[in-house]
Amino acid sequence: MAGDDRVGLRHGAGGRAMRALIEDVFLALATPVDGIGLAALDDGAAIRLGDEWLVITTDSHVVHPIFFPGGDIGRLSVCGTVNDLAMMGATEPIGLTCAVIVEEGFSRSDLERIRDSILAASREAGAPIVTGDTKVMGKGELDGIVLNTAGVGLARRVVSDAGLHPGDRILVTGTIGDHGLAIMTRRHDLRLEGDLRSDVAPLNGLVRGALAAGGEDVVAMKDPTRGGLASVLHEMAGKAKVGIVLEEQAVPVSPEVRAAGEVLGIDPLLVANEGKAVIGVRPGAEGRVLAALRAHPLGRKAAVVGTAIAERPGSVILDTGFGKRLLAEIEGEPLPRIC
Amino acid sequence: MPDLLSEMKFRDPARARALAEALAREVKAIGRAPIPLMHVCGSHEQAIARFGLRAVLPRELEVIMGPGCPVCITDTPEVDEAVALAADGKVVCTYGDMLKLPGTVKSLADAQADGGRVEVIYSASQAVELARKEPSREVVFFASGFETTAVATAAVVLSGTPGNFSILSTHKYVPSAMEVVAEMEETNIEGFIAAGHAAIITGWGIFEPFARRTGTPVVVAGFEPLDILAAILKCVELIREGRPEVANCYPRCVTREGNRAAQEKLWKVFEVADGVWRGIATVPRGNLELRPEWDHLNARRRFRIDTSRVGGLEKNVLAEQCLCGSIMSGLASPKDCKLFGKECRPETPVGACMVSSEGACKIWHMYGGVPDLRGVG
Amino acid sequence: MCLGVPGKVLSVDGLTAVVDFFGVTRELRLDIVDEPVQPGDYVLNHVGFAIRRIPPEEVQETLALFDAILKVAAADDLMAADVKGEIAAGGEKGKPRA
Repeated sequence: MAGDDRVGLRHGAGGRAMRALIEDVFLALATPVDGIGLAALDDGAAIRLGDEWLVITTDSHVVHPIFFPGGDIGRLSVCGTVNDLAMMGATEPIGLTCAVIVEEGFSRSDLERIRDSILAASREAGAPIVTGDTKVMGKGELDGIVLNTAGVGLARRVVSDAGLHPGDRILVTGTIGDHGLAIMTRRHDLRLEGDLRSDVAPLNGLVRGALAAGGEDVVAMKDPTRGGLASVLHEMAGKAKVGIVLEEQAVPVSPEVRAAGEVLGIDPLLVANEGKAVIGVRPGAEGRVLAALRAHPLGRKAAVVGTAIAERPGSVILDTGFGKRLLAEIEGEPLPRIC
Repeated sequence: MPDLLSEMKFRDPARARALAEALAREVKAIGRAPIPLMHVCGSHEQAIARFGLRAVLPRELEVIMGPGCPVCITDTPEVDEAVALAADGKVVCTYGDMLKLPGTVKSLADAQADGGRVEVIYSASQAVELARKEPSREVVFFASGFETTAVATAAVVLSGTPGNFSILSTHKYVPSAMEVVAEMEETNIEGFIAAGHAAIITGWGIFEPFARRTGTPVVVAGFEPLDILAAILKCVELIREGRPEVANCYPRCVTREGNRAAQEKLWKVFEVADGVWRGIATVPRGNLELRPEWDHLNARRRFRIDTSRVGGLEKNVLAEQCLCGSIMSGLASPKDCKLFGKECRPETPVGACMVSSEGACKIWHMYGGVPDLRGVG
Repeated sequence: MCLGVPGKVLSVDGLTAVVDFFGVTRELRLDIVDEPVQPGDYVLNHVGFAIRRIPPEEVQETLALFDAILKVAAADDLMAADVKGEIAAGGEKGKPRA
């Protein structure tokens, strides 16, 4: 079997294997900081700067296809970084970097199309691109294009992903599974046609509103990218040492995404979202935070979907409406079932 | 759009609760425990696990998964044949689930990593298209699955295939396995839940002689939560009334005669033969092999397949501790296996049950086994 | 074997149909379905082949079937309740008090 002396694709898929790789190989790079550093394995780092926090995050983007319904790698990069900053409480980015590695032979017009997307997303989020880097690698040495973005922002209050206590309520800001299933129906040779679109969007405005409404009662935030809602809930449960009960029927899923998931045998709870956030709030605060989310165009379908509990710390329990079961974390890419 | 919404009616929690309560009463009326029922379909196990149905079934009722995972019961020599073909330069097309199934030493995924051409397909017709696109390569379709899937293979054969296309058939016939399990002394199964999609093709009539002969009721079930609960309830009713009959709880899809056109195609191309099902040993009439008139499409006739080159003669030590056989016959559950969750995990499977999305071990691992979560949260 | 979501046929061209699964469409082969299939029909998919045309009225019939099964179970319970009632009225001789 493929042993652990080689890096496998599963190590990049956002699930348990990836966390294991990070913990085994990269965690050794961590040094203590005054704030949230590498060791916390959060969406970014937060370092105390006077009476504020400097929030820093970085991401590399290797999505295929490069252009997909609803967006492209450019938009994905900007939103990904803006959202990571927002998840830690920095909703007004000071600046983003944009480093590009391009394969020899890459189309110039595609590159410009990506640049236009980056610009549009940057403006939408109010996050200026302030510096960058460009490299070209030989044909076949790289698959098309890789983008890396880093972001910097200031936050008055840092929200980690480890702050849940038993009793806290869990909200999602909108429909789940959109990005992952949109990509899935395009990428594999499944012969599916559909209208599924990625939800890729900058969330800083939405989060700003939620934080204004919830204040200190917002105790945990994370965006469910690779690995999906399931992965985020596992992380939150594990880091805070609580259990989480998720009400499956309360999770908003669009009918098209649900159908695509059924056809492919893939659970929307396990695939990536690029324009949604998971927010944990103290009991009693969910009403006003929900109202603030729903008042924003990106949060119309926001919903309360679960609760943190004291039992079974680290576990995520799915209440299907019929019975309860454990919600799994995927290992590697979810593959369509024989269907 | 009415269709999805209608199907959603088959997920109505209120009706589900009513069915579960009725089930509890029926089981109490029978007054003994355990009452073992067996289903023979990976998709049923998927649905049961996915919707957490075991948490609402009465504790006296055991719903056991029998040999219903087409990947799991594909024998190691059959995988070795496919691996050998890939190693020998043929393009092997396979359904995704078979990719990681371990042979004696290697899986098709390993063969791919070693430089062999292995293509994952989602429909038999894709294999034929591939053969047409690459006329200079020999393309072999590793045809796995039960009779429902075999019908698709038959359709593809009958609509004409190019000269470089052949089939390595590992199709299996479930009713024969039900006979084997029913005859095992240790199992004591009191009722069978039959797979709805296979019954669409075969019809429910084929179970009548089986029910009479074995004295066990058989209920055909669909795959939505209500379908399954209603079928289980019907089965328990028949047990209570001592009626070894066949009942159809999937009338929207299944009829007594089944799909005659599909059956004709199936038996034009395939015939039953005694076979070895992984972990269960011999199942008389359990395999579906290409009829002699299709020898020219039969990879086993067309090529000399030498599995010794891919470890066909080696011993696999871990595999000897694997409990898949007993699990597939319903004699053990995944938690009974020492390797479950440790040496045998989805990313490092030892046994077939951990490879396939229809395998009991994979499903249990993914959905956390059968922990009693009734009181939680 | 799989959980097939019934799809709605959008168009038919000889032995292939384009089927809509609530917004996601796929081509299916019609070689093995045993009835003629027309746009507007619902079909069940298995590995890229339609294996059954589902008559729309069947959904209601199935729900009625479930309700019938429930009624039988309930009726038995009513009988059991009657019997229990008789026993209780006659006094539970020889049984230990709860």
